[in-house]
Amino acid sequence: MTATRPAIEVFGLTKSYGDHTVLDGLDLTVAPGTVYALLGPNGAGKTTVVNILSTLLAPDDGEIRVAGFDVRREPAGARAAIGVTGQFSAIDELLTGRENLRLMADLAHLDRATATTAVTVMLARFDLVDAADRRAQTYSGGMKRRLDLAMTLIARPRLIFLDEPTAGLDPRSRRDLWAIVREQVADGVTVLLTTQYLEEADQLADRIGVLDRGRLVAEGTAAELKRRVPGGHVSVQFTDAAGLSVASAAHPQASTDAETLTLQIPGDGSIAGLRRVLHGLDDAAVAGLTVGAADLDDVFLALTGRAAEAPAAEEVPA
Amino acid sequence: MSTAHTVRDSATMLKRNLLHVRRYPSLSIMLIAQPILFLLLFVYVFGGTLGAGLPGQDGGGDRGDYLVFITPGILFLTVTSVALGTAISTATDMTTGIIARFRTMNIARLSVLTGHVLGAVIRTGCAVVIVAAFAFGLGFRGDAGPLGWLGAVGLLMLIAFSLTWLTVGMGLAADSVETASNTPLFLMILPFVSSSFVPTDAMPAGLRQFAEHQPFTPMINTLRALVTGAHTDSDLWFALGWSALIALAGYLWSRRLFLRVPAT
Repeated sequence: MTATRPAIEVFGLTKSYGDHTVLDGLDLTVAPGTVYALLGPNGAGKTTVVNILSTLLAPDDGEIRVAGFDVRREPAGARAAIGVTGQFSAIDELLTGRENLRLMADLAHLDRATATTAVTVMLARFDLVDAADRRAQTYSGGMKRRLDLAMTLIARPRLIFLDEPTAGLDPRSRRDLWAIVREQVADGVTVLLTTQYLEEADQLADRIGVLDRGRLVAEGTAAELKRRVPGGHVSVQFTDAAGLSVASAAHPQASTDAETLTLQIPGDGSIAGLRRVLHGLDDAAVAGLTVGAADLDDVFLALTGRAAEAPAAEEVPA
Repeated sequence: MSTAHTVRDSATMLKRNLLHVRRYPSLSIMLIAQPILFLLLFVYVFGGTLGAGLPGQDGGGDRGDYLVFITPGILFLTVTSVALGTAISTATDMTTGIIARFRTMNIARLSVLTGHVLGAVIRTGCAVVIVAAFAFGLGFRGDAGPLGWLGAVGLLMLIAFSLTWLTVGMGLAADSVETASNTPLFLMILPFVSSSFVPTDAMPAGLRQFAEHQPFTPMINTLRALVTGAHTDSDLWFALGWSALIALAGYLWSRRLFLRVPAT
């Protein structure tokens, strides 16, 4: 029975700060050895969920078990099973990469020989050999993130939390990080990650939960979610405001950006649907047109009936 | 959490602390320079006059007598100086992301603080040796044997241990690194209102009573007895008692501050 016990079980999790409700009765179950992505815009409560599951923050109410341990009554058991890489780098910038990894190995109570081997292996695997004896404060953003993740993984946790692991990373570093996550899953590790990017959830996750205003508004595989927003969208850029307002009156479900004179019309994935949209457009008024795949905005629009709040000036970790 | 793990985690955090000191030596240099500057200032600027006012010298003492009188106080100031630095380094450390990581790990909860305290005790030991060597270089001669010096260094390390738990708490309580560098300043002022720099007899009544009964005075009197080879009296027990009390209060306060679950 223990083998099939969920890695994470959350029932009725609530958390508020004063009048501001961050989590409003969240239920969540993650099966062992799978990747679960919490998808949502800034302020949806993603980080709060990770902080509560990783014992950093006390919940107001709810039943929360991590690796079978109640996070409030048996936090030490939960801590022994998890590894956490947050949005902001949790490395010691005054120490070198090697010393940072050694610190984690020592705190994981590995014996001397095992610790030395583990540090060497992690440096090689995370492409940090050349920088191993430089202070971490001299590392680039991508290197810091790799070191951070290596520090999380050196103790071989069975369950890892990744809070927006690729925020602020360039596309190559992002793909490197995805490859590392896949390796972990192949080893049987359970991963809970938070992200603002549907693509990332799509690439990595077995199941995706869409978090909005502190509750899950949808849950399923990437394919299931995309079926709910089948057609992505058609983006039409107009030559003037008049053309935009005429078209926007004809498509009340579309979102309008007056500044860029762009109308984003949800599609249904069919050629007939696309033809209907095109048919209604006045050729002379259109400056450009793109057909896009479903993105987080579309998922949000479809699931909540409103656009995802534009992420406030993106905070890029140092 | 077993005792073996607590010891191991504290040793790991001590190693981390000592690496920080090596990477950022300017703070340590400043903290050791501070008591040395006070020593030079008091001996060469004020020492001639202050020495003449010392009691128990036939026809008043001189600069050399004042050096002997002030050295224990300067050694004490070395301890408070390092303790002050620990408030700053603790507050700085708490602003770094790795502290949150430590909190999610199954390690001895307070080991990161223990690392700061033990690191400070070791730094104090080194600083005391440097400052004492400086005093000897200026001509300090006491009648203390090796045992007296051993006792003095032991007492200084004990005082360092207790004052550091207090300043670690100040570092944790501070909302910024700037605050953390200001709150412990009274530790640098209090030794002046004690038997460090002048005998308390010379002070006006109210001040004298405060100076005679504040915790630092028995500590400094005991240090003076130890390094000059005199007999220690009841001040020793007051010094040990105050140290234990400050250590306990500082520890409990720091513990409460560190273990409280953050609001954000």
